[in-house]
Amino acid sequence: MIAALAVPLVGALLIVLAGRKPNLRDAVTLITATTLFLCVASLTPDVLAGARPRVALAQILPGMSVALAIEPLGMLFALVASFLWIVNSVYSIGYMRGNRESKQTRFYAYFSIALAATIGVAFAGDLLTLFLSYEVLTLSTYPLVTHKGTPEAIRGGRVYLGLLLSTSVGLFFVAIVWTWQLTGTLNFTTGGILSGRASPLVAGILLVLFCFGIGKAALMPLHRWLPAAMVAPTPVSALLHAVAVVKAGVFTVLKVVVYIFGLEFLQGNGAADVMVYVAGATIVIASVIALRQDNLKRRLAYSTVAQLSYVIMASLLLVPWSVVGAALHIAAHAFGKITLFFAAGSIYTASRKTNVSQLAGIGRRMPWTMGAFAIGALTMIGVPPTVGFISKWYILLAAMDSAHSLVVVVLIVSTLLNAAYYLPIVYGAFFQSAPRTDLHGEAPLPIVAATVACAAGAVLLFWLPGLPLALSWDIVGGAR
Amino acid sequence: MDWIGHYNYWIYVVLMMIGFYAVIAKPNLVKKVIGLGLFQTAAFLFYISIGMVDDGTAPIVWGHAVRYSNPLPHVLILTAIVVSVSTMAVALALVVAIHRAHGSIESNLIDGSPPKKHE
Amino acid sequence: MIGDNLPALIVVIPLLGAVIAPLLGRGQGPWWLATVVCSTVLALSGLLLTRVLAHGTLSYALGGWVPPIGIEYRVDRLNALVLLIVAAISAVVTLYARLSVAKEIAPERLRFFYSAYLMCITGLLGITITGDAFNLYVLLEISSISTYILVALGRQPQALRASFNYLVLGTIGATFLLIGIGYLYLATGTLNMTDLAVRLGEMSHNRTVRSAFAFIIVGASLKLALFPLHAWLPNAYTYAPSAVTALLAATATKVGAYILLRFLFTIFGLELSFATLRADVVILLAASVAVIVGSLAAIRQDDVKRMLAYSSIAQIGYIALGIALVSVTGLSAGILHLFNHALMKAALFLALGCVAYRINSTNIRDLHGLARRMPWTFAAFTAGGLSLIGVPLTTGFISKWYLLRATIERGWWPLAIIIIVGSLLAVVYVWRVVEAAYFHPPAESAKAIHEAPAGLLLPTWALVLANVYFGIDTQLSVGTATAAARALLAAAGGTP
Repeated sequence: MIAALAVPLVGALLIVLAGRKPNLRDAVTLITATTLFLCVASLTPDVLAGARPRVALAQILPGMSVALAIEPLGMLFALVASFLWIVNSVYSIGYMRGNRESKQTRFYAYFSIALAATIGVAFAGDLLTLFLSYEVLTLSTYPLVTHKGTPEAIRGGRVYLGLLLSTSVGLFFVAIVWTWQLTGTLNFTTGGILSGRASPLVAGILLVLFCFGIGKAALMPLHRWLPAAMVAPTPVSALLHAVAVVKAGVFTVLKVVVYIFGLEFLQGNGAADVMVYVAGATIVIASVIALRQDNLKRRLAYSTVAQLSYVIMASLLLVPWSVVGAALHIAAHAFGKITLFFAAGSIYTASRKTNVSQLAGIGRRMPWTMGAFAIGALTMIGVPPTVGFISKWYILLAAMDSAHSLVVVVLIVSTLLNAAYYLPIVYGAFFQSAPRTDLHGEAPLPIVAATVACAAGAVLLFWLPGLPLALSWDIVGGAR
Repeated sequence: MDWIGHYNYWIYVVLMMIGFYAVIAKPNLVKKVIGLGLFQTAAFLFYISIGMVDDGTAPIVWGHAVRYSNPLPHVLILTAIVVSVSTMAVALALVVAIHRAHGSIESNLIDGSPPKKHE
Repeated sequence: MIGDNLPALIVVIPLLGAVIAPLLGRGQGPWWLATVVCSTVLALSGLLLTRVLAHGTLSYALGGWVPPIGIEYRVDRLNALVLLIVAAISAVVTLYARLSVAKEIAPERLRFFYSAYLMCITGLLGITITGDAFNLYVLLEISSISTYILVALGRQPQALRASFNYLVLGTIGATFLLIGIGYLYLATGTLNMTDLAVRLGEMSHNRTVRSAFAFIIVGASLKLALFPLHAWLPNAYTYAPSAVTALLAATATKVGAYILLRFLFTIFGLELSFATLRADVVILLAASVAVIVGSLAAIRQDDVKRMLAYSSIAQIGYIALGIALVSVTGLSAGILHLFNHALMKAALFLALGCVAYRINSTNIRDLHGLARRMPWTFAAFTAGGLSLIGVPLTTGFISKWYLLRATIERGWWPLAIIIIVGSLLAVVYVWRVVEAAYFHPPAESAKAIHEAPAGLLLPTWALVLANVYFGIDTQLSVGTATAAARALLAAAGGTP
């Protein structure tokens, strides 16, 4: 388990050491990513069998330690993140070389550190460790966001860092200290630790603090950092701002709801309902904004904002099915959105096009890329046979189950909106004709291969959802 | 209450305020230093007054003395005087250096104008 | 023999050093002497702390005169910790001083610099260790006068004005303290702190004692630079030589905080300080304003040194805030931040000193693009800045944690908000520097600049690593701070 944390850190060191030789450095990145995935994967059977390994690393304050512990939700998140890192490394190598980006060593090194932080978030044994990894993740991705060093990148970075740090220090941290003051512990415990120790009012305030404080979950109105982060090179947007960072946010929310509050404790608390509506509003508003974006990456970013709120909304429905749906959606959205970003980067590398309006007819020149894009879009909309369907199905069931009729409406509306902002791209790409001046072909092989692999993953998980499903059910105690 | 009998305390306060006023209001740095000196000296007067005992003589062993003043505040104030003298010395040295650097010891003139080049 | 005289040696050794330093000529002799003295003092204070932690409070009769007639040196957990801070920071800064000071001060003045430097340390250590109120005043003046000299030695001519202003305000503050102590003596007939505490126990309604209280709190706050008595600080810090600024920021204000703690809790006691005279309200207000105003002012500065100076005012606000919460957690937070802030501010000022060493400026515009030229220096600055913000795994986080806990424990939400806002403002001013150094294109003249020499980088990084270390292993800092807070509160008469 410690190995899982150490591997990317050692990798970062080796990357810096190998910085002079690009081939060696890229090989190190790939090996690190693969090793990390194997490390994480090797832990899976034990967790499925019911083991909950725990390692204490250091005692920071009396009665409070930095500890790692694995439970099914973290396992699922770590698996997704570490698997997609391999694919992403392949893609990065193609992308960074294809676009001749500068300072690649620094890029890969910070990427590794960010992954270490992600694993730290996934395997955190208590809220403090989680907070710590969360902050490391923010800081280590800042240089990646500002990678280009242009004034625009600096501005984006300022919004990114400003929003994420101020929410985490201003709200999340306060909530953590308050929780500690109330309970004297920060350990993640099945059934929650606040139950019986906090009045409903305090619990409600805490929930609001947590939900908004975890800025990485991009709940409106604190979502601005995500579109701002799109100035980063595409691999960063793909892995970090579709998978690692944003998922760390919603993962944290889910984890806090399940293991700090406890589902039963929150039931009937008005604040949970309020947050459900905030999330629902975020979904609809972000989708509408996405509809109006011409820049492809920004459209994807707003789509991410909406999709993240699915997870928050689902986790706050507070029934077992909704938690399963939320956990599944973390995985489903990861595969779908990374495919879309990969495709966007692929288009940029091959044709330098960044806007939706320029994409007419591009499907004929880049059939593989746009094919993958279509699958990614279907995943977002939730059409079978993609994994997006399964998670949405669970969330829908949960909404029916808990009699939140408004949630059902939100789900339907947002599905339509999703279709409205994705399908025209796909349609235009394949069925409209391109300007004659376009002479480019497909993007370099690593890019296309990675894109297609992710799309395949999204389909594959529909037919074989056994592992994520098993892990998700384990979160709520395995009661199917 | 014996208002007149405490005249030395009154004097100490008045002196102190005069010094304080000079420190704040006078733009001339030497006058500020003088004010500071008054301010400190007033405090010494206060200390010496609290050592005073009715009918007491100076605390020097002397056959005819009935009772002595409290020697401790006197001793303390000796130390404080030494401190004050060193402060004064440093302050005046600074004023000299300021005069060298800026060509003036009027703080309102110095603060407005850029300093001359350091030699 | 040496063991028994430990408390005296800690003050006497640097005092002797200060006398000997000018005799050692113009070479590196004075620096070597200062190094030896400071490392010896560091070793001794470490020894003293372990002893106090093991055996409890130590009392030492200076010159063999039994207190209350003679001067007593009294070491408990609180001042043992402050002693260690002062000794450790001065040892590191001395190592740093060799190159930095040699560049900023004319060679013929070097020996006098080190003399004043050691004298300043003598005073600070003495204030911390002494158990006699008048002795405290004398040592305060010893440290202050040598500080005026050190500040005046700064390269720019404005240093003289800064020093003069500091002298005027410092002397007024010290005289206030002197008068306050005089009133205390008038009321109780003793100057020994332990005796004072006992005799003041039943005198909380005595008017003389109340005047003494007012004079002393104002005097100590001036030394501490608690808002609104901070006017001397920005200029003094900005124009003093780099090493001196680091020393002052990390030790002098901390000793000021110690004086405040000692008088409020040990001497006057909770009943008088907080129940009768409500000093906590006054200090809380001043501290809250200090946090906000100091941080806002820091954001507006273009000179990074001045920016850090204003940040110090805000951080002092945090310390005072912890103290004025008057609870075990709050007091621990205050003492803890005293320790942690010394570490982070020293690290930051030293890193900035590295910059000044190379480019002779600390203006933010001259820092553009320098991070590529001086990667280690700016990595150190960034790390120190993160600690200032309170990012986890740094000492700043631990301080913020305790401060926040203390306010939440009391349910004083506005204070919690102030603490958080202060942190966020710190993000702004630290990030201004980071952006300038990392993202702005360097000026043409910056091409020839190299990384600072190892002689400067090593001490800087020692402090940066200490920042990280004490952010992870908090046994020493948190343990001692909590124990000291408990002892202070217990001696002061329980929780009010």
